[in-house]
Amino acid sequence: MTDSAAHSEIIETPEDLDRRLVLATQSGLPLHARPWHWLATELGVGPEQVMARMQAMLDDGRIRRIGVLPNHYRLGYVANGMSVWDVPDDIVDKVGEQVGQLDSVSHCYRRPRHLPDWPYNLFAMVHGHDRQEVLDEVDRIAGLLGDRACGHEVLFSTRILKKTGLRIGG
Amino acid sequence: MDDLDRRIINHLQGGFPVSERPYRDAARKLDTSESELITRIRCMLDDGLLTRFGPLFHAERMGGALSLCALKVPEADFDEVAEKVNSFPEVAHNYRREHEMNMWFVLATETPQQLDETIRQIEHCTGLDVYNFPKQAEYYVGLNLQV
Repeated sequence: MTDSAAHSEIIETPEDLDRRLVLATQSGLPLHARPWHWLATELGVGPEQVMARMQAMLDDGRIRRIGVLPNHYRLGYVANGMSVWDVPDDIVDKVGEQVGQLDSVSHCYRRPRHLPDWPYNLFAMVHGHDRQEVLDEVDRIAGLLGDRACGHEVLFSTRILKKTGLRIGG
Repeated sequence: MDDLDRRIINHLQGGFPVSERPYRDAARKLDTSESELITRIRCMLDDGLLTRFGPLFHAERMGGALSLCALKVPEADFDEVAEKVNSFPEVAHNYRREHEMNMWFVLATETPQQLDETIRQIEHCTGLDVYNFPKQAEYYVGLNLQV
């Protein structure tokens, strides 16, 4: 019995199908004119089920978006600096929203301090074509924050030690 | 990379439709054809201009756990520690950075309990304290990479 035949004979919850869809799409979508139909055939379910579950995951935010993920390095954004900022807790959310909207910032998060070693609670990843561009951008952010930031640093990456991407197991 | 490639990169970082002929629907907005769009995406994937094409999942909302962690690794031991840390399948990315905290890695596990357990194991295996920086808030992040 094939996998798809087996699946058609057991009752599958939407959550089970969602998990199979994640596994089937996490390395990429089929480059076929009808990719959702193609996936449905692979998974032994109807195309309308596949489309309904994908839409449900988009609607509830389990899927952030569907599209191309550009390779920063290959597009010339070879410098990346993790800028970290010490911002008072009562204004960090407002400041974070502002910094997150800047074009040069790809990720912006609040994270815990580790005092006394680490006073920073706002992390913003800044991309540029070279280090100077990143430093100039960090200066611009520093200007934007003014005295709302009590201190900051930029940690440049000098080597990628591992990059496998996020995967869930089968 | 030509103008159409740039339009694809700039305008298709999200919004790929869940429809019967999604490439055709997306191609219309990019002023190209279904088959041309499929060919361009395939070529940019093969060339490495694109890392991936597909859904981007929100790990925490899928029930998983993610965290950014750092180590202060003595220079002499750096490569040895990197090898130990990288051997954990839960380590998704690992970067060397210029700082006393010189190793920064992202842990991804299927449950929060596994995350804590992995941190404990890495501390045991390396003999170093792991600084754990779990995300407390995520601010608006634009689809910002423009070419």
